[in-house]
Amino acid sequence: MKRRTLLATGAGAAMAAALGLPARAQAKTKVGFIYVGPINDGGWTQHHHENALMMAEHFGDAVEFVYQESVPEGPDAERAITQMCLGGANIVFTTSFGFMDPTINVAAKFPDVKFEHATGYKTADNVSVYSAKFHEGRAVQGFLAGKMTKSNKVGYIASVPIPEVILGINASYIHAKKVNPDVEFKIIWIFEWLNPAKEADAAKALIEQGCDVVLQHTDSTAPHQAAKDAGNVYTFGQAADMAEFGPMPRISSIIDNWAPYYIDRVQAVMDGTWASKNTWDGIGQGMVGIGEISDAVPADIKAEAEALRDSIASGAYNPFTGPLNKQDGSAWLADGEVADDGVLAGLSFYVEGIEGDIPS
Amino acid sequence: MDINPILLLAALMVASTPILLAAIGELVTERAGVLNLGVEGMMIMGAVAGYIVGHSTGSPLAGFAGAAAAGIGLSLVFAILTQVLLTNQTATGLGLTLFGMGLASLMGQGFEPALPVTVSKIAIPGLSSIPVLGPILFQHDAIVYLSILLVLAVYLVLGYSRAGLILRAVGENHDAAHALGYPVRLVRLLAIMFGGACAGLGGAYISLVRVPQWIDGITAGAGWIALAIVVFASWKPWRLIGGAYLFGGMTVLQLNIQGDGGKIFGVTVPVEYLSMTPFVATIVVLVVMSAGRAPGSLGKSFHASN
Amino acid sequence: MLTLEKRPHRSAFWTWAAPPVAVLLTILFGMVLFLILGKDPVIAIKAIFWDPVFGEFAFYYRPEIVKKAAPLVLIATGLAFGFRAGIWNIGAEGQYIIGAICGAGVALAFYPLEARWIVFPLAIVAGALGGMIWAAIPAILRIYFKTNEILVSLMLVYVAQVLITAFASGLLRSPDGHGFPGSRNLSQYSAAANLDLISGTGMHWGVVAALVAVLIAFFVLTRHQFGFDVRLTGQSPRAAAFSGINPNRLVLFSMALSGGLAGLAGIFEVTGPAGQILASFPKFYGFTAIIVAFLGRLHPLGILLAGLLMALTYIGGEVAQDNLQLPAAAILTFQGMLLFAILAVDTLTMYRLRRSRKEVR
Repeated sequence: MKRRTLLATGAGAAMAAALGLPARAQAKTKVGFIYVGPINDGGWTQHHHENALMMAEHFGDAVEFVYQESVPEGPDAERAITQMCLGGANIVFTTSFGFMDPTINVAAKFPDVKFEHATGYKTADNVSVYSAKFHEGRAVQGFLAGKMTKSNKVGYIASVPIPEVILGINASYIHAKKVNPDVEFKIIWIFEWLNPAKEADAAKALIEQGCDVVLQHTDSTAPHQAAKDAGNVYTFGQAADMAEFGPMPRISSIIDNWAPYYIDRVQAVMDGTWASKNTWDGIGQGMVGIGEISDAVPADIKAEAEALRDSIASGAYNPFTGPLNKQDGSAWLADGEVADDGVLAGLSFYVEGIEGDIPS
Repeated sequence: MDINPILLLAALMVASTPILLAAIGELVTERAGVLNLGVEGMMIMGAVAGYIVGHSTGSPLAGFAGAAAAGIGLSLVFAILTQVLLTNQTATGLGLTLFGMGLASLMGQGFEPALPVTVSKIAIPGLSSIPVLGPILFQHDAIVYLSILLVLAVYLVLGYSRAGLILRAVGENHDAAHALGYPVRLVRLLAIMFGGACAGLGGAYISLVRVPQWIDGITAGAGWIALAIVVFASWKPWRLIGGAYLFGGMTVLQLNIQGDGGKIFGVTVPVEYLSMTPFVATIVVLVVMSAGRAPGSLGKSFHASN
Repeated sequence: MLTLEKRPHRSAFWTWAAPPVAVLLTILFGMVLFLILGKDPVIAIKAIFWDPVFGEFAFYYRPEIVKKAAPLVLIATGLAFGFRAGIWNIGAEGQYIIGAICGAGVALAFYPLEARWIVFPLAIVAGALGGMIWAAIPAILRIYFKTNEILVSLMLVYVAQVLITAFASGLLRSPDGHGFPGSRNLSQYSAAANLDLISGTGMHWGVVAALVAVLIAFFVLTRHQFGFDVRLTGQSPRAAAFSGINPNRLVLFSMALSGGLAGLAGIFEVTGPAGQILASFPKFYGFTAIIVAFLGRLHPLGILLAGLLMALTYIGGEVAQDNLQLPAAAILTFQGMLLFAILAVDTLTMYRLRRSRKEVR
């Protein structure tokens, strides 16, 4: 009732007053998740949700887990996040790049709530960002693709032209080229993260053009189905292991392993030790997992791939180590020079050898 | 150049089949004077129902039958509202899309496929071994052939049968048709149901053959494209095939060009804009063929007292 | 069996009773749906219809409802003119998107100029003009080539959708965006930002425009010659032609009007709540507005109420999702049912139910 009366004095004041009210006595930590897709999308959102559920299970009764699915990016997201904060959430994870500005806006109004935004770059005192170095996994995939292709044509289904995706293409191309100088990459942009029909069409087009390895940075299993129908084509699981398509066509996968991070951050809220930070973890920290390399891959190649994975994990090797040139032939990294994380995070060009333009 | 024209054309037929199926149904509905903008909703209902029935029974036939039934079921909601309760067709059709998308998503939640469904390709003896044409036209699954046979059947029935004549009369001028003693509402009811069945089949082709899997929102706007093709074809069944293959072809071609380095004959193609060419083409066709007039009573409610 | 019999006059009773009866019917069907989904139906309905307006956090939701309703009302008001005259602009979605692109383009061209009195008005004009031009295409094609405006305007929606995706990652992409698609955030560019006029009320310029549009539309429809022309053309095109109404001018006028208002909705949205040109720019307002126009019986005041009701189901749907973890799809289904019920019950204003008898003819 108190809030209702306050409304009479102006909604703005009411808002401030409401926010200033002492937090409700809570035994539980309330953890909210905002998803861009439905929780059964079989891709990005489903994977975040499954990892969130692991987090909830880990804490049991100590946390109250709430989520909202299919939240459109933009003003609707801002409302969904606010709603969760009003509902008493202590920490909110917003799991899509497009939630960046809404997260920042809401965070400014709820200084006591902690926010975790996936894949973005804007932080605040109560906003952390986290993402994974998927390109480390792509390096391993590229190595396998270069070794396994017989036609020397590798297909790549790309989603939206953002640095993460461009990094992935570069990382896999560099490592395919290293072990197979004749390799050629065919890249198809579908401008969506999840569109099974388009992904299937893209996979078929690549296979018909002679690709016998298809990499994907899109979320559905449709390309695997197309590869399975075609017979002798290799694919890699994306976000989830997609083991149901192994041992052929799926020969390995990149697994998004968010649960440890979620557990860690929620624990920090409980302990009162949460602080804003910028996390970009890879294989070494366990955020990127390499799915079991199947028996379709000869044992020696598998061993080499695992060695590559381990050297990246230990930090001994960085997938972007010079000499590397940009697509136009100009020098980028000198021999032995290692790319800086800050540069990688905003990368917007192909390395030398990749055909075609990045759409803009 | 790595594009294989034969494989490209064959792929184009597969990619176009869902929209062709949905469009032939909508064409019949519109020729009866009813504008059902709920094609997307009926397609996605067909997609989920086909997937559930197919993967529960292991039979593609049962799957497609279930999809057609689901499409009809949803189209009946539209039919009752617009034909019996005389609601506005545009608004009801848009509502049907919302309703269908929501319901399909609810139905699909938690469904785990029990049995595999295989829709095998049928090479037509003799014809399939013709060079070039054989692999393009005669090595497809049964539904691709069915979609073309349906177009043929609609062409014959609309053009050369009494039933077709009545349907067209109802679509052109429902008051005159009523005065002649034709059952306007019954004809329209059947036409709407046919539209629902075809849309359902088209949806199931996506979830059982083309992708094949069930994911929320899998039809991704195919129903709207089907609506566009009907106009593109100026309500003539044969032109529908051309329209469907143009639209389906453009998406497949677009992907193929990208895979080939983004160039045709050395000229760089801006792929982002290529995907809007079918829509612009439709407008151009509409202008050029201004004779392609819509059925006279399209979208108008009929009541005997009017 | 029951049949419908046309009433000689619109039923005064059902004109007022139909909306609440329809909402009650939807609530009943909705409760069944929520029960099947294993949720408490009473709490779910309360979350959708009650909590956003009177619940604990209503102070936050009320402005949100207003913001959500504004573009719907603005677009639907424009559409109602054409619909009344039998001119079917189904492509308001496209005009709304083009309005946003044009307006944002103009505003961004001035960036970082801090002269609000130049930038904001010019952006608004550009948005309205963009929407108008996009709507004029089907109008002109209809006048000169007799093409069907339903279909041309619908086709142009797809074209607009392709354009906004292309612009978001191309021409309008923010140079400071770390390589991500999306324009600069206009709501953070003070010369172009469309923020709450009184903080926390949700009253931004788009809301003001919607209210003004409703008022003007009300007077034009009831008092002005143009409104009379529109109504006459809708009721009897032939009588309209006899009375000297130029049908071509009417087509162009009403299409441009609805396109202009849709464009305005686009520019107010992109400079305010949405902030950016993005591939995921809030979609479907243009289509939902068609529904709103019909729910409001093509009457400006009706549209105002219908827009608020529609906005309420969106916001309430989110509340239900948040409180009960009701799937988003259930809300979509529920909205579909609400629309069906309102349209169906509305039939009773013009027709009455009768036991069927043999027709004497």
